[in-house]
Formats: sequence, structure tokens, C-alpha cells
Amino acid sequence: MSQAIAPVRHVLIEGNKSYHQITEDLVSPTEKSPTREWIVAFGLSAAFLALYVFAIVWTVWKGIGEWGANRTINWAWDITNFVWWIGIGHAGTLISAILLIFRQRWRTGVNRAAEAMTIFAVICAGQFPIFHMGRVWLAFFIMPFPNSRGPLWANFNSPLLWDVFAISTYFSVSLLFWYTGLVPDLATVRDRAKGFRRKVYDTFSFGWTGSAKHWQRWEALSLVLAGISTPLVLSVHTIVSFDFATSVIPGWHTTIFPPYFVAGAVFSGFAMVQTLMVITRKVLNLQEYITINHIESMNKVIVLTGTIVGVAYLTELFMAWYSGYIYEQFAFYNRVFGVYWWAYFGMMFCNVVSPQVFWSRKIRRSIWWTFFLSIVINIGMWFERFVIIATTLARDFLPSSWSYYRPTWVEISIFTGTLGLFFFCYLIFTRVAPVVAIAEVKAILKIAGDQYIGEKANKNGNGKH
Amino acid sequence: MAAQSNKVLYGLYNDEEDLKSAVKVANAAHLDIMDVFTPFPVHGLDPLLGLKESRLHYLGFIYGAIGATFGFLTMSWIFTRDWPIMVGGKPYWSVPAFIPITFEMTVLFAAWGMTITFYTICGMWPGVKANTLDDRITDDKFCMAFDVTSASDADMDGIKGFFQKTNAAEVNVKTI
Repeated sequence: MSQAIAPVRHVLIEGNKSYHQITEDLVSPTEKSPTREWIVAFGLSAAFLALYVFAIVWTVWKGIGEWGANRTINWAWDITNFVWWIGIGHAGTLISAILLIFRQRWRTGVNRAAEAMTIFAVICAGQFPIFHMGRVWLAFFIMPFPNSRGPLWANFNSPLLWDVFAISTYFSVSLLFWYTGLVPDLATVRDRAKGFRRKVYDTFSFGWTGSAKHWQRWEALSLVLAGISTPLVLSVHTIVSFDFATSVIPGWHTTIFPPYFVAGAVFSGFAMVQTLMVITRKVLNLQEYITINHIESMNKVIVLTGTIVGVAYLTELFMAWYSGYIYEQFAFYNRVFGVYWWAYFGMMFCNVVSPQVFWSRKIRRSIWWTFFLSIVINIGMWFERFVIIATTLARDFLPSSWSYYRPTWVEISIFTGTLGLFFFCYLIFTRVAPVVAIAEVKAILKIAGDQYIGEKANKNGNGKH
Repeated sequence: MAAQSNKVLYGLYNDEEDLKSAVKVANAAHLDIMDVFTPFPVHGLDPLLGLKESRLHYLGFIYGAIGATFGFLTMSWIFTRDWPIMVGGKPYWSVPAFIPITFEMTVLFAAWGMTITFYTICGMWPGVKANTLDDRITDDKFCMAFDVTSASDADMDGIKGFFQKTNAAEVNVKTI
């Protein structure tokens, strides 16, 4: 091997697999009829998706007034949900791009599903700003193009427009990266299929043959896409944080926001990956590919990023006090002890305190703890965005306009509806494509399969090299 | 990709190491390998086949540079010539505010440009019929193929002998 390999290798593929067995294990879920659990989950997701459609139609028909947002708290659940979903998407890119550059081979078990999660999460995120525009049929105004309205251009100095560019670029680049990675695996599915199914996969695998030159270009493309996705993913949440950081609202205009948002995004994204992976590996019987070692590695990332987020929370409080500026101090006093104190303490508990249990190896390697905490962290990170947005706006410059915000049924339906949308897409994905990158797993079999390394290494078996 | 049909003699190996040593033997015997097909990227194969490093990343840089230039110049033209807008007394040509979008355009152009180029030079698009020699190549077989359209029987036997010598699991002929 010409690449650098860590001196201590971990078993990443358990169960003495051959190349053919890997294909069998990873392709068969797409070939069998769906299980009852899948059908129930799909039905439930579809129901929530229907609720989403209903609530959106209601919003568009009746107007934004149907939401609980008011003149003082003009950004509330919608932007909270937007930032939450975007953050969730970040783990997919981190796993697929940053870990590829760092040559972390455990990524191969989870990258495909995490990237899919990124794409679906960004789709969910995009719903909120689009429908918050109110007159959604004019949404194309955000796209700068020569027009007969003046020409009237978008404001390139506005962080909201930077967001449009960042998120649409992020979505399309993630899609290219994910799909290009998927093409060889779709070809594997194609070559096992017959009849109409074969025709469908023939179309979607673009005529992939596995030629050496194609693999070489495919690897070159993957590496460069990973290289440009890395600063891209950092830029996306940085720019999302600019929506707040470049404003003049005390509690928002802080320079710590970009790194703090990025760390929080990775934190919440990994939590969502854990939620999905713990279920996926069980339902699709992939425990030998998404092993406890994978779960543990991700829990390590969670405890790191959770701690970074905790430091950021405390730094904010310290800087507010240290600034000696009473408006800033009031904003933070209000954030902690104001009307939304419960959201602040919920956030602190879920994001800073709860992940600390992952310092224990036993808990890091426990499926139940991982699943439970991943849900807690998802809730905590939602609270974080709510705290930053609604709490800050609730007590603005004029006490006469202070306000309180409660979501209406429409907003609750839209949010739970996007969860339906997300799982709807994810469940379809698990049926039509291999959820683990087949070619990439095969490529690491001889350096991470348990028959080649570790205690169970089979010296005179098929481990030839 | 080829429009006319070619007669191909190919051997299937069970392991990438067998394939790599076979390529070495073929090189020593001056056999002209048409192509090698594998289920996953096999490292160390490219230099044996004499494949030069892909130049795709140079193109990526060029596409990115085009995107950056296009984004920055468009914003500059719009905000200084076509539609100057006063935002809080700041200069019309407010370069720092253009940086985020310039960056995003760089990434967007580089990614799309490279991906489109990749599929084009590989001759891969939706609707392209895959000329696969064997369905197991995307599963667990490592394939080496020779173009024998105009080969004599003696040449055919020579290649078959080579496959036998290098432990190929199967040898077949197919017209693609």
C-alpha cells in the first residue's frame, strides 16, 4: 500500500467477509420486499409528509399571519428549524469529505447514509426560508438574473443572500459528491438485476464498467470534491451564523458565532447520524459493517464537539460580562434567567452536560445509551437555535414592544411535517440504493477485515498479501 | 463507447493480487492489454498499466478560477455600473461583502465543471449502455481484457496460455 496507514488498525468489517459476501449483504436489502417495520415507518412518515403539505398550503393560502411569529419576534420556529436542519446536514459532509482527507477509514461504513442524510436535511431546511418569504410565488426574485424589473438585483451585501448562494451550492455539490460515489454501487445492483429492474439501474448507473482508468478518475474526482467540500461545509454554517452575527442585535452580533455554529452543526449532525445508524444497522442487518467501533468513533466526535459548544456558551456569558456594556449584559441575563429560562437550561443540560457521559468507554459502546443521547442532543440543539433566536428578540430595545412567542398548530405541523419529509426520503433511499458504500468497503477489506488483522487474523487463509 | 463491435478475450481473477501479478507478467511478455476491470479501485494498478495520473484536478482549478472571476466581476459590475445601491453609506464597491458569494461560486463551478468533465471523458451518461464483459466484475471478479478482433489463432492461444499460467479462474470470449 502506498498510503499512510495508522499503526494501530481497528477491525472495521467483522464476520470474515469475502468480496462476494459484501455484495450480498449490502445489495440484498434493495432486492427483498420491504419488511413490516419498514412499511409502518414509511406509512407514518408519509402521514407526516401529508400534514406538512396541508400546513404549507394553509400558510400560503392564509399568509404568514397564521404563524405565531409577531412584530417583535419576527424570526421564530421557522428560522430555528432552518438552522437546525442545516446543522444536521453538516455531519454528512464532515464524514464524507473531512474524514476522507484525514484518511479515516471508518468513514466507509457510514459515509453513504450520512451523505444521503445531508441532502435530505438540506431539502428540509430549505423549506423554511422559502415559505417565510410569504409570497412564495415570487421566491425566484432571490436569484440574480437580468430581468425586466429595473433591472432589480438582489443585494449582494446581505448575509441572507449569501445564505442563498451557500445553501444552494452546498446542496448541489453534496448531491454531485453523493451520486458520483453511488454510481459504481448502482452498477453492482444493476449487474445482479434482471428485466425491467436492470433497465432502471442501467440508466441510473450511467454505463459504469469498472475500467481502471475510470476508477482512477473517479478517485481523483472524489478527492477534489472532498477537498472543496471541506471549506464549503465550514463556509455554509459560518454564513448561516452571519445572518445573526452581522446584525446589530445584542446577543447576536458576536464574533464567536461562526466557529460556535460550525461546532454545533457537527455536534447535532453526528447525533442525527447516530439516531439513523443505530436503527439502520439493526433493521437492515448491517451490524458487521456499521460496528460498535464506528458508533464509538462517532461518540468521540460528539463529546468533542459538545464540549466545544459548551465552551462557546460559557465564553458568550463571560464576554457579555467582561464587555461592561449593559445592553449586552442584559441580553445575556435575559437569555439565562428571562422568560425563556427553561429553553436555556434545557439547552445547557442536553448539549453540555449530557454528552459528558461519553467519557466512559462503556457508555460510548452502548447502543441504548447512544440512541437515547442522540435524541437528547437533537432536542438540545433545537433548543440552542430557539434560545439564540426567539429569546433574544423577545426582549428588544423598547420595553413597550417586548413580547412572548408561542407556536401555532401550523408551525408545529410544518416542523413535524419536515421530519416526515426527511424520513420519507431516507426510507425510500434505503430501498433503492445500498446504504453502505460497497466499493469503498471492499477496498478496505484487506486492511480492516477481521480475518486479515487483529486476533482473528487468518494467516494461511485467503489473506494473501 | 466503441461504435463498432470488438471481439474481446478476457480472463477473470479471484483476487486483486492475482490480477496485479498477471499484469506484471503481461507487461514482461509485451502483451497489449485492452483494459482492466475491477469491482473497486485497486491501488498500485495504475503504474503497472502505464496509466498517467488523472489531470482532472487541473481542470478543477481552472473551473474554480472561472467561477471566482465570474462571481466577483458580476457583482462588481452590478453594484458599480448597472444598479449602484447605497447601503448604510458604505462604498458601492464593497469588496469584503463580495467574498462569501465569490467563494461559493468558486466551489460551485469547480464541482460542477469537474463532475461534468468526468462523466463526459468517461463516456458515461444516463442511457449509455454498459458494455460489461461479465456481471461479476462489479461483484468479486477482477478482469483483464484483450482486444482480439484481428488476432490470429496463434495469438489467441498465446493469450489463453498466459491466462492459464497466471491462475485466471475463467477465460471467455465476448463480442462487445
